[in-house]
Amino acid sequence: MLQVSKLNAWYGASHALQDIGLEVTKGEIVCLIGRNGAGKTTTLKSIMGLMGRTRGSVTFRGEELLRQPAHVRFALGLAYVPEERRIVQGLSVRENLRLGLVASPAKKREAELLDEIAVIFPRLAERMDQEAVTMSGGEQQMLAIARAMIAKPDLIMLDEPSEGIMPVLVDEMFELFRSMKAQGTTVLLVEQNVELALGIADRAYVLDQGSVVHQASAQALLADEEIKERYCSV
Amino acid sequence: MAGLSFDLIALQLFAGLALGAIYVLFAIGLSLIFGMLTVVNFAHGAFYMVGAYVGLYLISIGGNFWICLVAVPIAIGLFGLAVERVLIRPLYGRGIDYPLLLTFGLSYVMVECVRIAFGKTGYPFDTPEVLQGAVDIGVGYFPLYRLFVIGATAVVLLALWLFLEKTSFGLIIRAGARDPQIVRVLGVDVSRVWLIVFGIGTAIAGFAGLLAAPLQGVIPEMGGTILAEAFVVTVVGGMGSIGGAVLAGLLVGVVVSMTSLFAPEMAKVSIFALMAIVLIVRPQGFFGRAGLMS
Repeated sequence: MLQVSKLNAWYGASHALQDIGLEVTKGEIVCLIGRNGAGKTTTLKSIMGLMGRTRGSVTFRGEELLRQPAHVRFALGLAYVPEERRIVQGLSVRENLRLGLVASPAKKREAELLDEIAVIFPRLAERMDQEAVTMSGGEQQMLAIARAMIAKPDLIMLDEPSEGIMPVLVDEMFELFRSMKAQGTTVLLVEQNVELALGIADRAYVLDQGSVVHQASAQALLADEEIKERYCSV
Repeated sequence: MAGLSFDLIALQLFAGLALGAIYVLFAIGLSLIFGMLTVVNFAHGAFYMVGAYVGLYLISIGGNFWICLVAVPIAIGLFGLAVERVLIRPLYGRGIDYPLLLTFGLSYVMVECVRIAFGKTGYPFDTPEVLQGAVDIGVGYFPLYRLFVIGATAVVLLALWLFLEKTSFGLIIRAGARDPQIVRVLGVDVSRVWLIVFGIGTAIAGFAGLLAAPLQGVIPEMGGTILAEAFVVTVVGGMGSIGGAVLAGLLVGVVVSMTSLFAPEMAKVSIFALMAIVLIVRPQGFFGRAGLMS
């Protein structure tokens, strides 16, 4: 479904990604792990079209994305939940959710899709008309995920969804990722909490200093103390 | 102070609201464009002036004021769309000073073109017949046309509010003003939104110029004065805040109007004094967010 090959990206003069190659097939949960600064977020941003200078190839369902702007990548079925969540200040929970539909053909079924989301995220359903940024960090993260999911993308990219969130909400969230997978959504996940992430992932890529240094099934990686020690310990 | 009755003060207050209404219309366009595009549109006064001249021209070829009320904002809005698309768009991402200098230069070009086409001297602009005269508003007789200006401004504000709060496109504008990147990630072609916002802002400027024409006549330099005053309004209200522009516009109108009653020689200075006071007490303005320009 998603194929990345020889992907390079730069922040100004600094060469942040060097020949990244990875692949995500339909229905999988694939995890990117590695230390801070290894290039995980930059990889997601490059796939979504948020990096200024990139080179290489990113194809999604057979279409080359790298020269396409972000909004076209969304239209092709890619969704991205940034690490900072980017909940829009001054808008209610409902308006933030509606924002996930404004550019989608699914906008016509807005009422129905909002009801569906309310069932999946009961915490948000209770707070629909509250200003979104007054919610707790965990609830805002749920909202950011719900906003990206509401238009039913084919592949959703999540950057550090568990960061700074109460453990009970993290469990709830990972349960949600499992059920998303069961319903056919493909997930590309960046996560600091390696054990938890590998627990739900099918496969994982290990990044270090802007390159892929290892790839394996999640199970194999869970058992591989040496790799985890070398590339993932903080 | 003899003769300064309550009625006179109340009437002057209404005159201030009518003047303020023009400031409000001018400043909401300026604010909408700045809030969304981070473009300080120095040509806003020129769009306002061209709006008045387009109205003058339409009436000279047999149109009437009511046709102008519809045709002028459409014409100026379309002109605004062309300016954004052709001149301003290539400058995005280069910092705030590029579009600022461009629109500054553009305003000179527009003023000069109007001088060439219509001459350097101004023209009177007749108040439409049905709006001539005065009506009793309880505290005395008040010019009907000024009441119309206040009413027309209220209608534009209501329409703009409904558009921003109740439509999907309005939601995109409100979100995009806060965080263009997330709006892009959610599939919105932000450059199209910027284009339309610039068109709306300039359309309202043209409408304001037309409304102001019967009050003060039409001259090529009419945009320069109001631009300086409208910057006071946006600074007092808070850069990029529409609610702030409305409140500050009315306030500035009333302050100018009241000082011209009590101390006419101070009228022009009073609004800058007001700005200085507001900036000392609240540097970001009434509803502004700090650090927007950085």
